[in-house]
Amino acid sequence: MSEVTIPQSTRAEIAVTACSDLFHGQGDILASPAGIIPTIGARLAALTHAPDLMLSDGESTIYAGVPALEHQGVPGGYLPYRELFELIAAGKRHVVMGGAQIDREGNHNFSAIGQHSKPHRQLLGARAAAANTINHRTSYWIPKHSRRSMVERVDFVTGVGRTRAENAGKRAARFHQVHQVVSNLGVFDFSGPGHTMSLVSIHPGVIVEEVIESTGFALNIPDAVQSTRLPNRQELHLIREVLDPLQRREQEVRS
Amino acid sequence: MPSKVIDSAALNGLFSDGMTIGIGGWGSRRKPMALVAALIRSGARNLRIVSFGGPDVGMLCATGQVKEVIHGFVTLDSIAVEPHFAAARQAGTIKTAELDESMLVSGLRAAGRRLPFEVTRSGLGSDVLTANPQIRTITSPYEDGDTLVAMPAVQLDLALIHLNRADHLGNGQCLGPDPFVDDLFARAAQCTILSAESVVSTRELVEGHHPATLLLNRTMVDHVFEAPGGAHFTTCLPDYPRNEELQREYAHSASSPALWEEFRARYIDNEHASTPGGQQ
Repeated sequence: MSEVTIPQSTRAEIAVTACSDLFHGQGDILASPAGIIPTIGARLAALTHAPDLMLSDGESTIYAGVPALEHQGVPGGYLPYRELFELIAAGKRHVVMGGAQIDREGNHNFSAIGQHSKPHRQLLGARAAAANTINHRTSYWIPKHSRRSMVERVDFVTGVGRTRAENAGKRAARFHQVHQVVSNLGVFDFSGPGHTMSLVSIHPGVIVEEVIESTGFALNIPDAVQSTRLPNRQELHLIREVLDPLQRREQEVRS
Repeated sequence: MPSKVIDSAALNGLFSDGMTIGIGGWGSRRKPMALVAALIRSGARNLRIVSFGGPDVGMLCATGQVKEVIHGFVTLDSIAVEPHFAAARQAGTIKTAELDESMLVSGLRAAGRRLPFEVTRSGLGSDVLTANPQIRTITSPYEDGDTLVAMPAVQLDLALIHLNRADHLGNGQCLGPDPFVDDLFARAAQCTILSAESVVSTRELVEGHHPATLLLNRTMVDHVFEAPGGAHFTTCLPDYPRNEELQREYAHSASSPALWEEFRARYIDNEHASTPGGQQ
């Protein structure tokens, strides 16, 4: 397919394809995206390069096929709450979690802000972030990349970064795999010294200084900074006409 | 066999100060709100509440009856953070044992199986373990030598559960999309109180429904309480969806003590109030 004449992509659409690319090479696992853009991204992956991905409504129904964002979807399987933990323990999942804070070493927090015994702000709680990170591949989605969300040290570790997993005991990290972070500014991984966060690519329209300025710790920046790829014509069609015709993606990340 | 069906006077007599009470359902879904309202009216205090938390936890925080909450989250689903729980946390008036959800499942399962703990990887490396130093890790006794979490049994004095239907023997039927872990709560408890939208004969339970819908068998249930609308304002599918309007009113009542007192007087203090946990 020619990519010469593709129409202009929005930042949200670039983030959608970045989320889709998180699932490269994966099939017969449950993709569990949190947030609008990762949800469109996982469905885009299932419609393009990862047709064997399993998708669910996030409650008890596994979809047959790939529904649009606003559609109920056709049931193709059953995944009640308790079975999710069996699936997690078996490692058959890639979760994309949101979070209030992520730190330099890939630790994650959506429990509470401030001192945990009497927090400044109570959030969701521990949920299953610890189970997810220690059992299967985990990525993160940060729609508002800022010094408040990208912090030197999270206030409470719910999702576990590599160093903490390795230090948790013998073979504690054997199934641990924190993959990448996609934000509204770029894509990141933990390939830096001591598994610290590194810039993989910046989204077109973003400059490196903006990423550095918006991050509350010293990011590893490669000498030659890559640009996040643009969606191709087929992907743009699927995003705009099939998966998200109401453009909910543009509410989560504004261009 | 004698009937396990009880009336509200008998129900009131089952609650006492200092109990550890497990509450079934999930978030703002199929919560036993009629039983929670009865617990509030009983005035029992210094409670330890174990829950995949929703408005059950929030209400008991608002009434000041809770000493400690053992939970993995507390949410109203369509309102992400439970405001009454958040208020109690931010004021520092309650203790919490915040667990990974799967650890709480493990703890309940261990209790039901009469085991001291269940082995899991969940929690390793997280602050769930540092914040709960009573939870220990162990080393696998086999060649692998893996470090694992020994999640201690979460034993309950009481379990409160709401299902679509029950019979007088204590068989409980879940007709909704997800049983959550209500059966684990029932087995983890010394005493399980099951409320149901309707109490019918055993024969009626299986007319038109597969026996697989019978989530609880009578070995798991001690008392049955008929409570039409008994999960209201939370979901009780297929009988009714969540009453989002009433939930918003409930959430809004966290913004001032006067609003909460008004909500409580209208919906909880009067046993025959229309909601929650009464006739819809």
